Amino acid sequence: MTPDRIIRRLALWWLLGAFAFSPSAFGKLTIEITEGAGSGIPIAAVPFKWTGSGSPPEDIGAIVSADLYRSGRFDLLPASDFLSRPSEASEVRYKDWRLIKAEALVVGRLTMTGPDQFDVSFELLDVYREKVKTGLKFSVKRSQLRQVAHQISDRIFYEMTGIEGAFNTRIAYVTMQQQDKDRIYQLMVADSDGHDPQEILKTTNLPVLSPSWSPNGQWLAYVSFSDDRSGANIWLQDIASGQRRRIARIDGSASAPAWSPDGRSLALTVSASGNTDIYIMQVATGELRRITKDPAIDTEPAWSPDGRELVFTSDRGGRPQIYRAKADGTGVERLTREGKENAGASYDPTGKRLVLVTNQGSGAGYQIGVFYLESGRTDVLTDGTLDESPTFSSNGTMILYATKMGREGVLAAVSADGRVRQLLKLHDGDVREPAWSVSR
Amino acid sequence: MMRRFGTIVLVLFLGVAISGCAASKKKGGSAVEVEDATIGNTTDSTASGIGTGDTTAGEIIVVEENTTNMDDPLGQRVVYFDFDSANLTPEAQRIVEAHAQYLAGNPGMAVVLEGHADERGTREYNLALGERRANAVSQIFQSLGVPADAIRTISYGEERPVSMGQDEGAWSLNRRVEILY
Repeated sequence: MTPDRIIRRLALWWLLGAFAFSPSAFGKLTIEITEGAGSGIPIAAVPFKWTGSGSPPEDIGAIVSADLYRSGRFDLLPASDFLSRPSEASEVRYKDWRLIKAEALVVGRLTMTGPDQFDVSFELLDVYREKVKTGLKFSVKRSQLRQVAHQISDRIFYEMTGIEGAFNTRIAYVTMQQQDKDRIYQLMVADSDGHDPQEILKTTNLPVLSPSWSPNGQWLAYVSFSDDRSGANIWLQDIASGQRRRIARIDGSASAPAWSPDGRSLALTVSASGNTDIYIMQVATGELRRITKDPAIDTEPAWSPDGRELVFTSDRGGRPQIYRAKADGTGVERLTREGKENAGASYDPTGKRLVLVTNQGSGAGYQIGVFYLESGRTDVLTDGTLDESPTFSSNGTMILYATKMGREGVLAAVSADGRVRQLLKLHDGDVREPAWSVSR
Repeated sequence: MMRRFGTIVLVLFLGVAISGCAASKKKGGSAVEVEDATIGNTTDSTASGIGTGDTTAGEIIVVEENTTNMDDPLGQRVVYFDFDSANLTPEAQRIVEAHAQYLAGNPGMAVVLEGHADERGTREYNLALGERRANAVSQIFQSLGVPADAIRTISYGEERPVSMGQDEGAWSLNRRVEILY
């Protein structure tokens, strides 16, 4: 084991330890890092100094460390190596941190100022230049502390990489548990690190799939069934109020909803008389416009970031492949040429890459790939056999997807360059269909 | 004569451990609960699994055995398909035609054709594939005189497997259309 790997292993145990003692236990979260990792920015995050009665309500430093670690861009130095434990910039002896080869240092404080009022502040320090790069102070209620920690992570990530952070976002996913003869489905929403899972919908024996966030994070569109005699249909649900409505009654079944970037339309799939095509619906009026007219299966539409184009899956060439059309349905062209099958594509925020499910043939099964629109190249990022439902983080650096551990569905995340991969085991039972929000 | 045969229903729920309580929690009553009360009956009458794992693609598996006449195609309510295919095998064609003739001769009966897929490929593609399979059966029904308004097709894609294995034996049982009336 190389020193690098030992450090990584230690950091892993330190992080897992932090989770084990976290006051809000949420089932198991395991983090597995692939071999390629370890070239991230070495950073030290000192546990935040707590001033108040009892134990701190949240371990802000641990939340920030875990965020940075998961991004794959940082190597978190183990706390056992720290020679001192400063909590503000004036207490920092920079040579303590140069000795353990930290390039950046995070220090901070959590102070109770009232019955349900807390001050959180932090500084990010450049160890070699011996100066404060950035700092923030928040005054919040207890229920907002984790969100504040993710905002701190976003700020640090931006300062260190020049890329907007995507930690203060949410994920939606579906769980399925078998209870005797029944399958219980839950549509869940959680923080981007899997914390604070909340049930949005629960059904018995009525599958739930394909959640899609509205750009403002207020609505989820998803596919479910209303009874055992009518087909798949799309619901829109206000996450805060729980109110939901089925989209305008469609003759046939509707599925695969995708919000347009301006939030006004949904691209979706309608199956009627045995044919499956892409439509665009105006959310406000329910007006439907047909986009594809091929007798083949056309499904899984996804918008380009500028809203001008759609990619979708079609088997018009024999096997499922990715096609692109203008939003008015003209100019249809096939994009993927490599691989036996490609499906389930969506754009990254730059519009230059797609993440998709690829089957490269020879019994390899289904993995997550990144397709480069300009070159037509596909990089395969994962090594499962039934990986699916990939979803980019809002900054395009991470991809969340569904994979299998044995028979059980779990969520996993991989960095868009394939360097870092982790398993997020959030619940007992089957977890699937992740969707990453653009905004909080 | 809704059910003209005695059925042996082979219900096999494979290897699905019932896990402990969910870690989820409800906040502020915003969660919606939906239950389908009718589904238990349907599952009972159709769930199958012979679990030998040695079936090959396209082979017909007898799900409901007719105790009086094993060869009667009307005793078979499920037809199976090859991977990513909605083409009927000769055996499936025989079963579908027998049901079509029976239904055409019994006006007023309604039938539900429930299309399913195995777990390979994306969930949304499989939803469309199940639809295509159900529609392939529907076309034969209609060509043999079953009125279109007596037929309802529904796809569950890969969401309702009857066999939970991860091999061809299980997959071949899940690529199916169930003929329900």
